[in-house]
Amino acid sequence: MDTANQTTGGDAPAPVKIALRNVFKVFGDRPDVAIRMVREGRGKEEIHAATGCTVGVNDASFDIHAGEIFVIMGLSGSGKSTLLRLINRLIEPSSGEILVDGQDITKMSRRELIALRRRDMSMVFQSFALLPNRSVLDNAAFGLEVAGVSEGERHEKARAALQAVGLAAYAESRPDQLSGGMKQRVGLARALASEPTVLLMDEAFSALDPLIRAEMQDELLRLQSEHSRTIIFVSHDLDEAMRIGDRIAIMQHGKVVQVGTPDEIVSSPANDYVRSFFRNVDVSQVFRAGDIARESQVTLIERRGLAIPAALERMRQHDRDVAIVVGRDKTYHGMVTADSLAKAARSGGEDPYRKALLSEVEPIAADETLSDVMGKVAESPHPVPVVDAERRYVGAISKSALLRTLDRSGN
Amino acid sequence: MQDLNLGIGEGADAVVNYVLDHFTPALDGIATGIGFVTDGIRAALTGVPAPAVIAAIALLALWRVGWKFAVFAVAALLLIGGMGLWERMMETLSLVLAATGIAILIGVPLGIAMARSNVVQMVARPVLDLMQTMPAFVYLIPAAMFFGLGAVPGTIATVIFAMPPVVRLTNLGIRQVHSEFIEAGLAFGCTPMQLLLKVQVPNALPSIMAGINQTIMLSLSMVVIASMIGAGGLGNTVLTGIQRLDVGTGFEGGLAVVVLAVLLDRITQSFGQKRAPSGLRALFARRSEGAAQQPAVVSKA
Repeated sequence: MDTANQTTGGDAPAPVKIALRNVFKVFGDRPDVAIRMVREGRGKEEIHAATGCTVGVNDASFDIHAGEIFVIMGLSGSGKSTLLRLINRLIEPSSGEILVDGQDITKMSRRELIALRRRDMSMVFQSFALLPNRSVLDNAAFGLEVAGVSEGERHEKARAALQAVGLAAYAESRPDQLSGGMKQRVGLARALASEPTVLLMDEAFSALDPLIRAEMQDELLRLQSEHSRTIIFVSHDLDEAMRIGDRIAIMQHGKVVQVGTPDEIVSSPANDYVRSFFRNVDVSQVFRAGDIARESQVTLIERRGLAIPAALERMRQHDRDVAIVVGRDKTYHGMVTADSLAKAARSGGEDPYRKALLSEVEPIAADETLSDVMGKVAESPHPVPVVDAERRYVGAISKSALLRTLDRSGN
Repeated sequence: MQDLNLGIGEGADAVVNYVLDHFTPALDGIATGIGFVTDGIRAALTGVPAPAVIAAIALLALWRVGWKFAVFAVAALLLIGGMGLWERMMETLSLVLAATGIAILIGVPLGIAMARSNVVQMVARPVLDLMQTMPAFVYLIPAAMFFGLGAVPGTIATVIFAMPPVVRLTNLGIRQVHSEFIEAGLAFGCTPMQLLLKVQVPNALPSIMAGINQTIMLSLSMVVIASMIGAGGLGNTVLTGIQRLDVGTGFEGGLAVVVLAVLLDRITQSFGQKRAPSGLRALFARRSEGAAQQPAVVSKA
């Protein structure tokens, strides 16, 4: 508990914008009993067995300063998205205080809360959540429309917001005509249009591929340098957190285990879990294959066969020797090399690409620990594909990615 | 078991009699209201000359479905005219429109209420099951007793029989709106009413339209039965065929019902889909889409 409140902020110049004081969220019918058991120091499993309740957020207390990018980081299931939703009360906190500009939002009436969401807070979602029946402009203007701003004014502001994210030319398009990165720009424009002071971003860039993700991070930093807002950013990606975060809160099993600047967290991690992100004694036991798998390989989607020349061209463009073949629902079908594809194309026959699938490549399960898969990755001449429980392709682990992860234990 | 009689039938009788004794003014009021609607629609539809109606339906078919269907629509309508059933068909159409309109007016709000409250859903579900599975003829008896003979009891019986799909599919459609859309709506400060009108209903629209389509189809089948209590229309032709064992007349009436069903089904179904695949709409859409997609290509390059 003591580490939870340890805010190792340096000179802390900016005033406090948002403050959480002993915030709990318990899912289930008997939150009071569950909270009492938490205070008595009982474990999550024990509480679940006794009350049927799940502790989502366990005694979170920290300050967020005006104008900073505050990243909430943790593995999936650590309660970071829940914590974010407590701040605009999309999820009702079970107990504790959440102060925004000194006002306790947990005590606000429904009407005050709606006014707060319209005036001060907006949100960006992982899967964009753009309304499909509206044009890009009307999506961007949504918050203003709901707040009762006249059509002329809200369109003007929405256009300015679209301009700011570089999408002014697409105002009349429909969301389904845009790529993922562009959709999230619209999501960002929608959040900026009402000129909020607080921006809540829930894994906002996680659904984007790595290049676009980096681009969007830069975009966010640029927007932040032009007009400073308080941004609370949930992420499971360490690199992202280090890249954009002024300060980082690390969550584990619903508890905030450490709050600090990236440097502070690296130099004095609060416990082994935090250390494991950077320099655990045995990173390979903490991380699982799914955690470090990256979708940086070329994927070929199989729909009624595969156009081999187009596949080869894409591999050439991305300068890759291998590619992953997946079904339309992302189920993993196999791995091919440029050589095997070319050979298969020459041999012809029905579905030639099937012959190109490398028989020796076996995918690894996302929940295997790194120590279990290390051998496979080391022996394989190619990056090794990772699949989830439903055999959907999650990403691939290359030797260099594995080494980089293991190397964190060294520095 | 044969000697046992729980008196459920007597109970139903008693309820009907009680209503007749005590609520006649209210029933008359309802009858007048519904009569006004059905008579109005009927007068409007039969007042328009046939060529104008055919032209209007053909244009609608061309706009929503495609030119082939428009040709079919014209041919089918001319066929009905050729069988001498034009008047009757217009009567049936007006009954269907009136019944569907009333069913939507009651059914959509009820479906929304069911989606918002599990209690309402729990209460409404068995009632809907009852409305849907009770043999249609059973409604006709009390409907005729309450409202006399004619188009009004026919409309009411039709509304009862045809309403469940639009209620169910409205409920389902709203419940299935993606939770992230709901979260987005709330996060940007929607009031419950704004959430309903700006997020839930627009996203549930395909489902609601499918419900309306089913309601129209069911009301068409019920309207034929309703002719037994004097609702008129194509049902009369079919009924005459049955009473006189005149296969030819019955078949003509039946054929006209089928044609009307196909026209209504295809046209209303097209409103549930996002974009009609061909026809006038596609011609316009192609042009504007081309303009919209051009910049998308440039940015990806």
